[in-house]
Amino acid sequence: MATVGTIHRTVRACAGRSLVCLLFLSALACSAGSAVAAMLPADTAPDALVQTVSSQVLDDIRGDKALRSGDIEKLQKLIDDKVAPYVDFERMTRLAVGKGWRTATAEQRDALMREFRTLLVRTYSGALSHVTDHQVKMRPFHAQPADTDVTVHTQVAPSAGDPIQLDYRLEKTDAGWKIYDLNILGISLVENFKNSFASQINQGGVDGLIKSLTDRNRQLAASNGKG
Amino acid sequence: MPARLRLRAVHSRCSAALMALAILLAGCATVPPDAGHNPRDPFERVNRHIDAFNDGFDRYFMKPVAKGYVYAVPPGIRLCISSGFSNLGEVRNAVNDLLQFKPLGAATDTGRLVVNSTMGVAGCFDIATRMGLEQRNQDFGLTLAHWGAGTGPYIVIPFLGPSDVRDAIGKVPDSYLSPIAYVSPVKDRYILYGVSFIDLRALLLDATSLVDQAALDRYQFVRDAYFQRRLSQQYEGNPPPPAEDDDSGESGPGGGAPKGPPGQPTPPDKR
Repeated sequence: MATVGTIHRTVRACAGRSLVCLLFLSALACSAGSAVAAMLPADTAPDALVQTVSSQVLDDIRGDKALRSGDIEKLQKLIDDKVAPYVDFERMTRLAVGKGWRTATAEQRDALMREFRTLLVRTYSGALSHVTDHQVKMRPFHAQPADTDVTVHTQVAPSAGDPIQLDYRLEKTDAGWKIYDLNILGISLVENFKNSFASQINQGGVDGLIKSLTDRNRQLAASNGKG
Repeated sequence: MPARLRLRAVHSRCSAALMALAILLAGCATVPPDAGHNPRDPFERVNRHIDAFNDGFDRYFMKPVAKGYVYAVPPGIRLCISSGFSNLGEVRNAVNDLLQFKPLGAATDTGRLVVNSTMGVAGCFDIATRMGLEQRNQDFGLTLAHWGAGTGPYIVIPFLGPSDVRDAIGKVPDSYLSPIAYVSPVKDRYILYGVSFIDLRALLLDATSLVDQAALDRYQFVRDAYFQRRLSQQYEGNPPPPAEDDDSGESGPGGGAPKGPPGQPTPPDKR
């Protein structure tokens, strides 16, 4: 089964950006079956992409009892299927790890990407189950047609409390616009993890960081479903 | 039955004592070896201990109370209470908008106060947002920031949580701008403060559980998030993008990200 993981690896392999590679990628996407059958075309505008993906995910959660009640496994699968194709995890990890990335070996980079992605998907799938009654509103989008790096502003309005500003930073790649940073209430995911990772690397090197992430993921997996 | 009542009294005294002990023990934080090297947090060692104390207080008192509040009080009433407290904060917003020479912002805040207090029944219903008057967030710390004050070092205030020197100083004049401060008798005033505290904690329950899961070092995560959040509030949602320290060979982007002009009021229909 051509999974999201395969597509992800293929996107990374398309570093040369050759036409053949792109054709193969689109063929792969088409043959992937229901998992990515609804994948948006590569020329989708970034604000349309964010709007479509957020409303699709929220609709899916609202329409499924298991998802609404917080079934973590199903939520993670939902994110892997519906959101992860539009996220550039490599860039996210690379920015968060910072200087350490240069000296990291290929296996270390793979491990970092894998663990960081697992951590993000796990924690945010937990958060998603709480937002079913939230309304997502798109804010005005300002960007020049030639821009390759944009910020899409949205606002999430919970039933009680102030609306939450949620911004996405996207970058234009050959496979379409990809999200590489999330900004909640002015707090950037990448910035925040960057400081955290830098401290871990200072204390134990890149391997120390990988170990912390792996331990945290194992801890979260063990307490799956418990708040 | 007197025996049962006596038992309950003993039990509640025991739990209070246990709770106090737990909080005291929680006040001993594990401080990493490189503590205090961050230029924004020279008091890191002390801050970590206070933060551990706050965490204990939160875990054994505030969080259970907030969860109980969420469980016991229907969502409609909780929304009314939240909106009511938020409405009282519009006075602070308006005054600070004026102090920052943002007349449009001050007008929005005043409009919200008037509309929500009257048509919205003492702030219970947020009619103003539907009319296009968007919620703003101004306080004296941001006023000081607007006029050039730097944040100063990070400090953790007992019970109140993360802050920095500038914002902690800012809390003092702001306390005079809260209508609750003028409620008498004093007992009712403290009840109102207590309820507003619990209301705020209840609103943040989901966010704090997320931080607990995602952060490798909660203290650091909260500290960095605090500074980022304040910077974003200072620029009303459009802070200057951080200098991207992208050391992996690729030149950092930065062009194209919309950047609002700092220090100017953002009209409600555009952001």
